[in-house]
Amino acid sequence: MLLQLNNVEVRYGPIRALRDVSLAVDQGEIVALLGANGAGKSTTLRTISGLVRPVSGTVFFDGKPIQRVPSHDVVALGIGHVPEGRRIFPMMTVLENLEMGAYLHRGNFSENLTRVFSLFPVLAERRKQDGGTLSGGEQQMLAIARSLMSSPRLLLFDEPSMGLAPMFVKTIFQIIREIRDEGTTILLVEQNASQALHLADRAYVLENGSIVMADRADVLLQDPRVRAAYLGEGAA
Amino acid sequence: MSALASTTVSLFRSARQSAHARRLVACLLGLIVLAVMTGPSGSNTAPVSGFTGSLFHPRVLVFIAIGLGLWGLITAQHRWGEALKRTNDNLMTLPRRMMPDRRVRLVLYAALLAVAILVPLHVNAFWQDVLVDQIGIYVLLAIGLNVVVGYAGLLDLGYIAFYAIGAYSTAFWTGALPVHPPMVLNAFWAIPFAIGTAMLSGVLIGAPTLRLRGDYLAIVTLGFGEIIQIVATNLQGVTGGSQGVIGIPHPDVNLLGIHYSWLIDPLPYYYLLLVFVVAALIAYSFLEHSRVGRAWTAIREDEVAAQSAGINVLKYKIMAFAIGASTSGFAGMLEASKISFIEPGDFTVQLSILILVLVIFGGMGSLLGAVVGAAFLQWFPWYLKEHPMFGFQDQDLYIYLGAILVLTMIFRPEGLIPSRRRKREFGLAEHGLGTADAMSGTTDPVP
Ligand SMILES: Nc1ncnc2c1ncn2[C@@H]1O[C@H](COP(=O)(O)OP(=O)(O)OP(=O)(O)O)[C@@H](O)[C@H]1O
Ligand SMILES: [Mg+2]
Repeated sequence: MLLQLNNVEVRYGPIRALRDVSLAVDQGEIVALLGANGAGKSTTLRTISGLVRPVSGTVFFDGKPIQRVPSHDVVALGIGHVPEGRRIFPMMTVLENLEMGAYLHRGNFSENLTRVFSLFPVLAERRKQDGGTLSGGEQQMLAIARSLMSSPRLLLFDEPSMGLAPMFVKTIFQIIREIRDEGTTILLVEQNASQALHLADRAYVLENGSIVMADRADVLLQDPRVRAAYLGEGAA
Repeated sequence: MSALASTTVSLFRSARQSAHARRLVACLLGLIVLAVMTGPSGSNTAPVSGFTGSLFHPRVLVFIAIGLGLWGLITAQHRWGEALKRTNDNLMTLPRRMMPDRRVRLVLYAALLAVAILVPLHVNAFWQDVLVDQIGIYVLLAIGLNVVVGYAGLLDLGYIAFYAIGAYSTAFWTGALPVHPPMVLNAFWAIPFAIGTAMLSGVLIGAPTLRLRGDYLAIVTLGFGEIIQIVATNLQGVTGGSQGVIGIPHPDVNLLGIHYSWLIDPLPYYYLLLVFVVAALIAYSFLEHSRVGRAWTAIREDEVAAQSAGINVLKYKIMAFAIGASTSGFAGMLEASKISFIEPGDFTVQLSILILVLVIFGGMGSLLGAVVGAAFLQWFPWYLKEHPMFGFQDQDLYIYLGAILVLTMIFRPEGLIPSRRRKREFGLAEHGLGTADAMSGTTDPVP
């Protein structure tokens, strides 16, 4: 297992955001994490990347416990995080944004640059443009591209399709698949459950901070409860 | 009088029709109010002399002229705003475009340095004092705050607290305080202690508070500034209380055969200050273009994104804060040992705000801007005081300074000599994209 969470509990003051969460992601997988608003999906990703500390439980990455490792060191270990809401550097050019992504000098800069430019040709065209002036979809691409610049072994996506036109969502999902095919393991948080389940190998469903379902994606896609709650089909 | 009244009335009439006329009236009335405010005051024997002395006196013409000029400016701004802006931009960036070459730039800096070295030799003792106490010290303070606010985007409203800490630790180590140090040093050897203490307090204040979002930081630092001043006032047995501390010795060195004592002559302090200003400029400009500077820029623009790029956000924030604090601490040391006297009233919150104003005026994030902005804003009031034109009065100085600031912020919000990046930030903000705020208050607090 590349990533393993064991009985993780996270609190924000009195609020218990995660309770007894255990999940695992294997090398080369795409694993989806589904759940309603406030279920604790982002919190799970933030726990993995060291932005919040669990009060109990362990997080193992590549066999090493990382639940007490600060976030910048987690990046150095090879976990990339594309946070919620297109967090790019608005006043830096596309190229400068990508340079910031390579801040820790993980991997070969020019190789990574060639790679992200071939994944996102539009970024190559706009390399001199300020990040803040890109369209929403382009900004999301830039956020993803930036996280790839640190040659992550595991990439955490937090709702990459949020606010994008359906066609764009397809493109982004296609690119996520390509990223996995090039060898990066992926943990994907999505509201867009149907497409996420079509893309993923396995998935977990989070409800009120607890994992309530875990199975192969194609199995979950057929599950009546999942269909009712997350795939927008009338109550079963 | 009646002619004046009828002109006014007809002006008001036409004002309803024309925006230009409306602005003209506003400008003239505003400046006439200013003329009265800055004119002589009335007295018991001549209660209306404040008005007559201001309005029926040749100086009112100056104000009318300024009013007309202002109106002209605003009209021009409306009619040829874009073109004017471009011309202005071209003018302001001329030096930068003319010296893309490093060597040309170095020559220019050398020339500036030569001016800084030679000017004090050709002015009288009064101006030499102004050059140290009012200009040099503030230039240094502005350079330090520029690192905190301009580079890292941290709004520090208690900056002067570190100046106070530098001054009081100098007083402590030289034995001028009621409490005595383990060994009494002369003021020169107190420099590392002053810098170190200020830096340490920067780290101690920064470590817990820099986790907070920008606006909370502003409040905490504001409070810290107040606390330091109150402690200095109330802790009489340690700090000498509100009476202040007298007899802080001047620095002297006796090292490797060199022996030099600073006395009351301001010039040697000026050159000591100049050495530190130049050293700070070189060091900070080096930092700005290093990995550290890139981390600061990233943090300023988006903390969450900076974090996910693997930047140790807290470390770099503390670093910026501590650099600012130590710069401020050194300034405090120098001023304390030059004047030989400090009191809690020297370290008011207004002073923190003033230095922030100097940085904003010069252009946040730009070292050259901080130097030029601070030098100009600190020099100008003294110039007005010394060479009163049109009956300027001392107590009105801040009206003019305020006006200069307001005009700068309207016509050139990015400051006098903005850094290239800041210029872009303001350009984007004008198009409704991103923010040009000092604070990058976009983060959720990390619990
Ligand atoms: N910084 C915080 N302080 C306090 N409570 C928080 C904080 N962040 C999240 N929470 C709470 O924790 C719970 C889980 O939040 P989280 O952001 O993980 O949800 P999510 O599943 O990502 O939801 P969404 O789909 O809306 O993004 C929510 O109830 C939220 O209100
Ligand atoms: Mg979320």
